[in-house]
Amino acid sequence: MDMEVVKTYIQRVGWPRIIIGIFLFSLFIAAPFVQVRVSTSISDTLIRFGMNGVMVLAMVPMVQSGCGLNFGLPLGIISGLLGAVLTIELGVTGFPAFLTAMAITTPFALLFGFGYGKLLNRVKGNEMVIATYVGFSSVAFMCMMWLLMPLKSPTMVWGYGGEGLRTTISTEGFYLHVLNDFLAVRIGEKFFVPTGMIIFLALMCLMVWAFYHTKTGTAMTAVGSNPDYARAAGINVNRMRVISVMMSTWLGGIGILVYQQSFGFIQLYMGPFFMAFPAVAAILIGGASVHKASIYNVLIGTFLFQGILTMTPSVMNSIINTDMSEVIRIIVSNGMILYALTRVTHSGSRG
Amino acid sequence: MESTSLLEMRSITKDFFGNKVLTDVSFSLEKGQILGLVGENGAGKTTLMKILFGMGVIHETGGYGGSVLLEGKEVSFQSPFDALEAGIGMVHQEFSLIPGFSAIENILLNRESTRYNPLVEVFDDRMRTLDREKMKDRASQAIELLGVNLDADMLVSEMPVGHKQFTEIARELERKNIRLLVLDEPTAVLTESEAEILIEAVGNLAKRGIAVIFISHRLHEIISLCDKVVVLRDGQIVEEKKTTDTSVEEIAEAMVGRSLEGYEPIVRSEQLADEAVLKVEHLWVDMPGETVRDVSFEVKPGEIFGIGGLAGQGKLGIPNGIMGLYKAGGRVQFEGRNIPLNDPSGVLMSGMSFVSEDRRGVGLLLEEPLDWNIAFTTMQTQNRFIKPLLGGLIKWRDDKAIAELAREYIDSLQIRCTGTQQNAVELSGGNQQKVCLAKAFAVKPKLLFVSEPTRGIDVGAKKLVLDTLRRYNRENGITIIMVSSELEELRSLCDRIAIIDEGRISGIKPGSEKSTEFGLLMLGYGHNTSSEG
Amino acid sequence: MKSVEKKKKEQQSLPERFILLITEYPVPALFIVISILAIPASGFSVGYLTQELITRLVRNSFLVLSLIIPIMAGMGLNFGMTLGAMAGQIALIFITDWGIIGLPGLFLAMILSMPMSVLFGYATGKILNKAKGREMVTSFILAFFANGIYQLIVLYGMGSVINIGSDALVLSRGYGIRNAVNLINVRQVMDNLVPIKLFGINIPLATFLFITLLCVMILWFKKTKLGQDMRAIGQDMAVADAAGIAVEKTRIIAIVISTVLAGIGQIIYLQNIGTMNTYNSHEQIGMFSIAAILIGGATVSKAKIGNVFLGVMLFHLMFVVSPMAGKNLIGSAMLGEYFRVFVSYGVISIALVLHAWKRLKEQERSRAGLQGIATEEARGSEA
Repeated sequence: MDMEVVKTYIQRVGWPRIIIGIFLFSLFIAAPFVQVRVSTSISDTLIRFGMNGVMVLAMVPMVQSGCGLNFGLPLGIISGLLGAVLTIELGVTGFPAFLTAMAITTPFALLFGFGYGKLLNRVKGNEMVIATYVGFSSVAFMCMMWLLMPLKSPTMVWGYGGEGLRTTISTEGFYLHVLNDFLAVRIGEKFFVPTGMIIFLALMCLMVWAFYHTKTGTAMTAVGSNPDYARAAGINVNRMRVISVMMSTWLGGIGILVYQQSFGFIQLYMGPFFMAFPAVAAILIGGASVHKASIYNVLIGTFLFQGILTMTPSVMNSIINTDMSEVIRIIVSNGMILYALTRVTHSGSRG
Repeated sequence: MESTSLLEMRSITKDFFGNKVLTDVSFSLEKGQILGLVGENGAGKTTLMKILFGMGVIHETGGYGGSVLLEGKEVSFQSPFDALEAGIGMVHQEFSLIPGFSAIENILLNRESTRYNPLVEVFDDRMRTLDREKMKDRASQAIELLGVNLDADMLVSEMPVGHKQFTEIARELERKNIRLLVLDEPTAVLTESEAEILIEAVGNLAKRGIAVIFISHRLHEIISLCDKVVVLRDGQIVEEKKTTDTSVEEIAEAMVGRSLEGYEPIVRSEQLADEAVLKVEHLWVDMPGETVRDVSFEVKPGEIFGIGGLAGQGKLGIPNGIMGLYKAGGRVQFEGRNIPLNDPSGVLMSGMSFVSEDRRGVGLLLEEPLDWNIAFTTMQTQNRFIKPLLGGLIKWRDDKAIAELAREYIDSLQIRCTGTQQNAVELSGGNQQKVCLAKAFAVKPKLLFVSEPTRGIDVGAKKLVLDTLRRYNRENGITIIMVSSELEELRSLCDRIAIIDEGRISGIKPGSEKSTEFGLLMLGYGHNTSSEG
Repeated sequence: MKSVEKKKKEQQSLPERFILLITEYPVPALFIVISILAIPASGFSVGYLTQELITRLVRNSFLVLSLIIPIMAGMGLNFGMTLGAMAGQIALIFITDWGIIGLPGLFLAMILSMPMSVLFGYATGKILNKAKGREMVTSFILAFFANGIYQLIVLYGMGSVINIGSDALVLSRGYGIRNAVNLINVRQVMDNLVPIKLFGINIPLATFLFITLLCVMILWFKKTKLGQDMRAIGQDMAVADAAGIAVEKTRIIAIVISTVLAGIGQIIYLQNIGTMNTYNSHEQIGMFSIAAILIGGATVSKAKIGNVFLGVMLFHLMFVVSPMAGKNLIGSAMLGEYFRVFVSYGVISIALVLHAWKRLKEQERSRAGLQGIATEEARGSEA
């Protein structure tokens, strides 16, 4: 009797998730034995959890509306970069700077999301691979734009009459750690909880949760669950999809701002290029599929994934004296995405 | 008894999980004979052919009883390839062609002539090169056998529909050992002239000794082409006669004739008003497989109007087109107002609702709880089950009210479930259908379209569904338009029934009319486009 | 070419045919326009450009040719060719370690890469069969995943678990191959086999002949039963399956062939360059090859040999010319470089979008076709 329950549980959760969960757990157990402080590890994991959470949350709207995994997240990230860069140009500092960045990001994100959504509507069934290349193309396009932008702020522009913006711009003096330090909990020297950032993430999750309890949010879920049903009920499927893409793009923009305030740097040029993949991997690890994603998936997945990324270098290095973190990151994140793509799903769709 | 017939099917019986689909079906076919197979949908024609052709689904569901004999020897095909080997070919209704290949390449698909080359030793037999000369010869021979003018080098994607059909048939004929050819509604997609050519070609084949089973509902074709006619009804053979020995009426009667036992007579306490509540003029609908070409009819308020006909003739297209699920044109007037077509939300808001025949595809959100399913359309089109917040800016979903609504219908329709939160996919077919009904009723429609209301559900649920429809009609005055393949179901409930044949109304008769009349209408006799009764 | 189209073409005037050509092949047309603008701006001489083109044709054509067969079999753009490139690189590491030089070394590397490529290709094929309809994203992610495994083998396994004799190859820490491997042993051995100089331009004839050999093999392959089966599967898997063609197996064979060719192609690529960037050379190769074939006019479902050569030329022309053109036109070489990156990705995006668009339209049209004259009649009577 018990075996049956276990078996169904395993089938539902999926082997990769279980393996990853056990792996992370064993890393935490092993930590104290190899002189890695558990308190620092937990702090680091929490910080990375908060940093990445919103970008993983950005995956939810498009998955729920049937547009698949948002490999085109870079488009949203770019709107966030524009917000950041223009805020610095305006010279705003402190917490208001963060708010200004959010305010400037929003119209860009909604505009990009609108165009992106319209495009995806024309290629139903092929969303994911096209999203990937739209993401790449836009990053490459912005590379050219960053060079040409007529911005003047000395912290951003190359010195000595160089051309265009720097590759990385520090957020120090602007909005570095504005969220992290807000209501932060510090215990001793090594344990730090970035309360402000976690609260912000919670707020974002709450907004998304609330949205899905409204009439429009309910309609969007139906569209992803069965577009024919939704259409028969009088819903404009295309419009719902575009709205979901706009939401995703906006969350991506906000997400990168949260990331930057913690990380300390704004990364332009090829920085955002691969940023969709960790977010996709994280939500899949959290239990989402190509067709269904919940906030629960976001939180669990981000924690597990960032946990592994944090713990592997420190613990494994101490054990085998090698830094295999990069390789492990590649294998875990891409392996997870691969697993999700090869699962049999209901209607066939071209990725 | 020794049989010298080419094909003999003896006492064939088949049931799907206790549901008897074929009972004691026996007939025989000689070399060069053309047999016309007639029957309503669900009569068992398709299952019978699947048994003959050795389809996997037959074996997976318990096999069949009786025996199939080819030239006196019993055969048991385990797969369609066995049947092909034995010389039986089948041309289905949906084309199985590669669009970018020529007629030659399609005719010889996976049976191409090849030449040897040394690389075969290293790799695989499939490294042999195609011998296009020989292929052209073989294909031309097959085309010649058929006796039609088909350009062998033409790509299928460029061919008119008729030529695609010929290519399909030529492919079966190319098999050297072909003895029996089964054609399933071969003229359905052809123009009249193409159909004539095909009929002639089939006649030629028979003259060359190839036996043909011709499945069709176009009686005039059957009578002109076939040597004998077999009529299936409810899984049994009700008639097997030489075409010269029977008549159109006899065939129609055999196809649909049943007594009205067990059904309540239609009784109305008041007369129906005269002024029509729904007027449909020259409706056409582009629904693949159920095309509607030109349909006009009127429905009285509070009437139960039935639409019947054979599968693929267009009856399902009518509600789907009016409710905006497929591209449509023409004019629809409801309660005196023009209803714009191709706009699902507009139709819903005007007071019409629809229970689709495609329960799982269109009718339900399988991965969502059943209370969502029931309340969804109402919530979206009428803004009910919503708590407005912030002065109406935010429309918050009222989960409690939705659950309450679901409980109401679970009671009144006796939906068997573990609770309002159970996912729709976990319910049985009958209960899923009840959920679909509940969804349509929740909108409080003035007119309800129901398509195939009792398809795939058990007897008990069937009765409840039909009784519910009657109850809503009598108690609330909801006009109901019911589309069904089961003539008896329609006759038990409907005031009038329209029969659709080839995308047009064949005729409209009162529900109490003799079933033979309806049979004739289904077979294409009596093309009236004006309503009667 | 379709028989009906052939007849139509004979009746058209020159400008009409020109416009038709542009609408049918928008991507190469766009590229030719860009090139016409950028070439004079870059300031390079014709001689220089011609030499560059020849070199790059020699270097890349084999790799790009490996993409044709999966496209034919309906599996789209094989991003998994990177796995073949990895096999080729591992083979080169070994022959460099064993000190086998010259042409024998090169051929040994090719032969050595084959069993690995077959294994990788088989795995890729199996995975793609499980993701039918999503082949492109899946092979794309698979390439990244395989990169992780490759690093595991080459950066950690070699020198520790796998014995590498030569110290020059191994990192100072004792295991893992160095970032750059000098392929001096086999550098340009194939290129220099039959060196021809025409108007001052070096033409590696032997390599060209080798590439031509592959082209001939591809053309011949299309005439075999296997090739015909792949073409059938590429157009309609269900119909092919109903006709008895072993769909799953054939798809795997298509990917295996592609991966093997990619492995050999990468070896030719690297022998021309002379040095191998152990961890980078294979990463971009998938994207560049796919961009090239698309620029040459191929689509996700149709590719010809002509597309390969045209594409390689146009793509690399732009590659060479952009930085200088950028510098001369706008004063920034970086801009030119970013421009070519943008164009590479942009072209793939456009090709994917056009393909998806067309496919949806085709599906709509084929549905209408099945009904025959049905709705046309009705609409006629309504009008």
